[in-house]
Parts: sequence; structure tokens; C-alpha cells
Amino acid sequence: MKILVPVKRVVDYNVKIRVKADGSGVELANIKMSMNPFDEIAVEEALRLREAGKASEVIAVSIGPVKTDETIRTALAMGADRGIWVKTEEAGIEPLTVAKLLKALVAAEGPSLVILGKQAIDDDCNQTGQMLAALLGWPQATFASKVVVGEGTVDVTREIDGGLQTLRLALPAVLTTDLRLNEPRYASLPNIMKAKKKPIEEKSAAELGVDLAPRLEILSTSEPSGRTAGIKLASAAELVGHLKTAGVL
Amino acid sequence: MADTRPTLLLADHDDASLNPVTARALTAALALGAPVHVLVAGENARAAAEAAAKLDGVTEVLLADGPAFAHRLAEPVAALGVALAPAYGALIAPSTAFGKSVMPRIAALIDVMQVSDVIAVVAPDTFDRPIYAGNAIQRVRATDATKVLTIRTASFTAAGEGNAAPIRALEDAVPASGASFLGEEIAASARPDLAAARIIVSGGRALGSAENFHAIVEPLADALGAAVGASRAAVDAGYAPNDWQVGQTGKVVAPDLYVALGISGAIQHLAGMKDSKVIVAINKDEDAPIFQVADYGLVGDLFEIVPQLQAEIAKAKA
Ligand SMILES: Cc1cc2nc3c(=O)[nH]c(=O)nc-3n(C[C@H](O)[C@H](O)[C@H](O)COP(=O)(O)OP(=O)(O)OC[C@H]3O[C@@H](n4cnc5c(N)ncnc54)[C@H](O)[C@@H]3O)c2cc1C
Ligand SMILES: Cc1cc2nc3c(=O)[nH]c(=O)nc-3n(C[C@H](O)[C@H](O)[C@H](O)COP(=O)(O)OP(=O)(O)OC[C@H]3O[C@@H](n4cnc5c(N)ncnc54)[C@H](O)[C@@H]3O)c2cc1C
Repeated sequence: MKILVPVKRVVDYNVKIRVKADGSGVELANIKMSMNPFDEIAVEEALRLREAGKASEVIAVSIGPVKTDETIRTALAMGADRGIWVKTEEAGIEPLTVAKLLKALVAAEGPSLVILGKQAIDDDCNQTGQMLAALLGWPQATFASKVVVGEGTVDVTREIDGGLQTLRLALPAVLTTDLRLNEPRYASLPNIMKAKKKPIEEKSAAELGVDLAPRLEILSTSEPSGRTAGIKLASAAELVGHLKTAGVL
Repeated sequence: MADTRPTLLLADHDDASLNPVTARALTAALALGAPVHVLVAGENARAAAEAAAKLDGVTEVLLADGPAFAHRLAEPVAALGVALAPAYGALIAPSTAFGKSVMPRIAALIDVMQVSDVIAVVAPDTFDRPIYAGNAIQRVRATDATKVLTIRTASFTAAGEGNAAPIRALEDAVPASGASFLGEEIAASARPDLAAARIIVSGGRALGSAENFHAIVEPLADALGAAVGASRAAVDAGYAPNDWQVGQTGKVVAPDLYVALGISGAIQHLAGMKDSKVIVAINKDEDAPIFQVADYGLVGDLFEIVPQLQAEIAKAKA
């Protein structure tokens, strides 16, 4: 079975982003970009399934403009077999559109599992996997913290609000990863070298028959209302006094 | 032309009771200006429907009750949502594990781009939502005729309870899906629910063990009648269960009082709690970033300070 893993290029999680003064977006020039952390977890899970003999091939796919192939390369260096790059003019393709593009790739590649991140840490939408599952008419398990592939099924433990839930999905299916599914490996130097020779196929949205026009119009981007540092106190007694005055005890 | 269709709010519940965040999402739903219907889908969920009918502003409760909706799996609930969608101008749910799983499925099937994690309704088609872990706020206009929204409930107050809306049973059948329920581990807790608590006490990596978390964080929470939260580091290390995680990728909370014990204040953690009314931080590092958002800080060893704090609270309450 093939596994398709969509990986997104995002601002590195260590970067504290700044809103542009004119409110037109966030400052992205010369900022460190990385693979979305949840997608590293997705790649890792796919690789482990291949290493356990449950999967035959891991395909990393990303959608985005120039340099998006660097993120695919990262997945290949971790161990994915090959890549697909849907090249766009701009970054910021909406999840509904990403899901439509992925659906077209699923039709072409015929994977039994698609493993995505539960959310991308830039836009925090938490939509793409669910949308893809819906468009394909496949079952889904979001927020996976444990994945066990059986015969034609996959059992997935999910992190839900009150605790954990386990579902059995008939394959093919869509999974989205949560933080505690696994700890992604680092790419070793030899694997980084090897990854340079692995193929990345380029495609266009037009070829896949998908219109990229956004449905959400971004009117402005602003700073959140800030918080200022308060005061440092000397004792627990003083703290309780302040909390009483503030009316929160 | 203004859309005159009503709004459909998908209730988050466990059949027996309504998750209190539903009443907060209702406030956002009402802000759209159209009548609001609440959908309660589940198995033996009449009690939850009755609770929804009490919420002020609800004009009708739709109850889809049957084995097909047991455990509210995303596939059948989304299929029902899609069947109901043409009559509605907007479909809304709180940003809970349930809402996050179901709403994008509905959105995709009716070809609508969802707006996730709405923190303010500016106009019926214009919403504010946080991006980059809340470090920027985006104002978006949704151009699709039907709106699909998830609501960050920490940003809305709860609607009141004094209503008696009619409950209508739905008989819609939904197609079988490839997902089935195997089991669940839900911890029963006498403490308030994290997402709706007035006071939260959270512990970080500094606690060092599950035993310490239990012995230090939980008693302080109980003395305050608080819910318990945790940083990702504490959850990853196994000191606290996963559903206690507060942050960008955990729960987003805005209680009256948030007490952070041995938490450094990484942006991913701050994203989940910086809208709390009053923040208290106890940390031995006076330069920890958590102090930049804390109203009151105590610099020192939490293992010494927390017992003192508990004693002072006991005195204050006596
Ligand atoms: C560099 C960059 C800067 C951006 N800046 C802004 C901005 O300032 N303002 C703004 O409004 N939008 C911006 N966006 C756009 C925004 O990120 C998109 O709307 C986004 O694709 C949708 O949200 P999400 O990725 O959070 O989706 P989610 O549903 O949270 O993503 C879940 C998963 O879907 C998969 N996935 C998602 N997108 C892709 C992709 N392109 N390729 C492969 N897999 C994918 C991944 O597995 C991911 O983990 C930016 C995007 C990029 C790449
Ligand atoms: C994709 C992604 C998503 C993430 N999502 C989240 C999220 O949702 N929520 C979240 O919390 N994190 C999240 N993180 C992790 C985040 O970046 C931090 O690593 C995490 O919040 C750190 O937890 P901490 O503050 O408990 O630990 P640390 O950063 O290690 O801080 C421990 C603090 O305790 C103090 N301390 C130590 N001993 C004592 C003592 N005896 N008394 C008093 N103070 C003491 C130290 O001075 C230090 O400040 C995410 C990271 C990534 C990459």
C-alpha cells in the first residue's frame, strides 16, 4: 500500500512573527521556514509503517511557490521515497483548494492512507484532512496519537477533549496527526545526500483541474491587543491580597 | 441582498449533558443576526436537547437521536449537516475536538471555505480569527453564500438560560460510513471543565513527575475550585493527561484567573492562555517569558511557594 503525506512549508515554530505596519499581512521576508511540525510527525508515521512492512511506498506532496521543494526534500531526507510538488504562484492556498488538489493526486496515485498534520502552525486552520476525507468519501481519524494498521483496516486512537477515543476505519482512509503520535527522526547526512537524487515530480493546478481562487478575502492583519508585564511580589500572602482586591478569588 | 436563512449551531454534548462551550458558541451564532436553531445529534440525547432548549435566543432545537449518531462520529454528523445545509445561511460549531472534526467535512461537501476559530463577528460575513499562534489577528470576509464557522469559545460569553424552545425530532437517515467506534477512555473528574472554568491552575515541566503534579498542582487547584491545565512539556513527559494541554495546539482558555506553575511561557503556551483576565506566574527564573504577560509574579521555587500559597488561601477563605 502507498501512503501519501502532504507536507506544508511554514514559518519555523521558533520564529516570533511580526505584523506588517500597513496591516497587509505578516513579515515573511528572510524568515526561517521549516516543515510544519505536525507534518514531520506524519512523515515519521508513514516511514514507520513502511519499515514495519505495512506500506510499500511513501510519497511526500507539497503545494506552494518557489522553495516549497525544499520542504519536500526534507521529507525525502527523512526517508520518503519520492515527491510531488504542485507549483503555485503564491503561498497561502486555502485548505478547501489544497484538499481539492490532494483529491486529484489521490485519484492519480491510489494511496490507501493519506496522513496529514492536524493543523498547520501558520494559519492554524485545522481543516485540510477533514475536507479531503469528505471529498473522497473516505472515513477520517483526526488528532491521532496511536495508529495500528490491520487487514484492510486501521485502528486509530485520537486525542479528544475529555481523553482518548479509538476508532476503526476501513481503508482507504485519512488520518491527521497529533503531537504525541511519535517523535520524528532527524535526517542523517548520508540520507540528506541520498535525498538529492530522489525524484520530485512537478505539477500545476491547471493540470489537476483545480481553480486556485480564494474564497476568503483577507481585509486586514493586525497585532493582537498586547498585555504588559505586571508586578513581581515578595510573598504568597501578598499575592492572595492582590487576588482578593482584583476580585478573582 | 441579506441572507434571511436561519443559522444552525451544532451542539457539543455527551448525550446526557450539554458542553457549556455550546452556550458560548451560541452568542457568536446570535451575533450573525438570524434566528438560531441548535442541532443535537447523538444516541439517547434527549437530555442534551432539553438543555439546549433552555438557552436564550434559540428558536428551535433539532434532535437527531439514534444509533447512527452514537459517539457523534464525524462522518454521519457531517452527512446530516450537509442534508440540512440548504435551509441555513450559516453553520456553526464550537472549536472543540467534535466541531473541528465535523465542520470541515460539511464545508468541503457544500463547497464552502470554512472560517476556523472565529474570535469576533464583525458583520454577518466578516470575522476576526487568530493566525500564527495568536501573534496576528486576521480579519476575513467569507465570500461563499453559506458560511461555515468554528468558534473559539474563550472569546465569547455564554448565552443565558431561561428559554423553552421547541424540540423537533429529525428522522433523516444517513449513509453508513467506514468508521466505527471501538472504545473511549474519558477521565471522570469532579473538577470544572478546562474550557469553561473560571479559575485554572496549570503546571509545567518544572513539576518533574506525575507524582509531584498530583501532589502540588492538583491540591492548589482544588483549594481554588479550579480546573487543572498543563504545558505541552508536562503532557509529553506524562505528568498530566493529554486533554489538559493548554496552548496553540491544545485548549485555548480565558478564565478569570490563570495560575502558571513552573511554565516558561513559550509562544505556543501563551497562545492558549494570554487572554485570561488575571495571570499569576510562579517561576524560579526571573527572566522567564511568562512574566511578560503575568499580572502578578512570584520568583522562587514552586515547591516552597505553592504550599505557602495554599495556606494563605485557606486563611483568606476561613
Ligand atoms: C509561507 C506562507 C505564508 C502565509 N502567510 C499567510 C498570511 O500572512 N495570511 C494568510 O491569511 N495566509 C497565509 N498563508 C496561507 C495559509 O497558510 C493558507 O490559507 C493555508 O494553506 C491554510 O491553512 P492551514 O495550512 O492552516 O490548513 P490546515 O488545515 O491547518 O493544514 C493541515 C494539514 O494539511 C496539509 N497541508 C495544508 N496546506 C498544504 C500545502 N500547501 N501543501 C501540502 N500540504 C498541505 C498539511 O499536512 C497540514 O499539516 C501563508 C502560507 C504560507 C505557506
Ligand atoms: C508544533 C508545536 C506545538 C506546540 N504546542 C504547544 C501547546 O499547545 N502548549 C504548550 O504548552 N506548548 C506547546 N508547544 C511546546 C512549547 O514550545 C514549549 O516547549 C512548552 O510550552 C514548554 O513547557 P514548559 O514551560 O512546561 O517547560 P520549560 O520551557 O522547560 O519551562 C519550565 C520552567 O519551569 C521553571 N522552573 C524549573 N524548576 C522550577 C521550580 N522548582 N520552581 C519554579 N519554577 C521552576 C523554569 O525556570 C522554566 O521557566 C508546542 C511546540 C511545537 C513545536
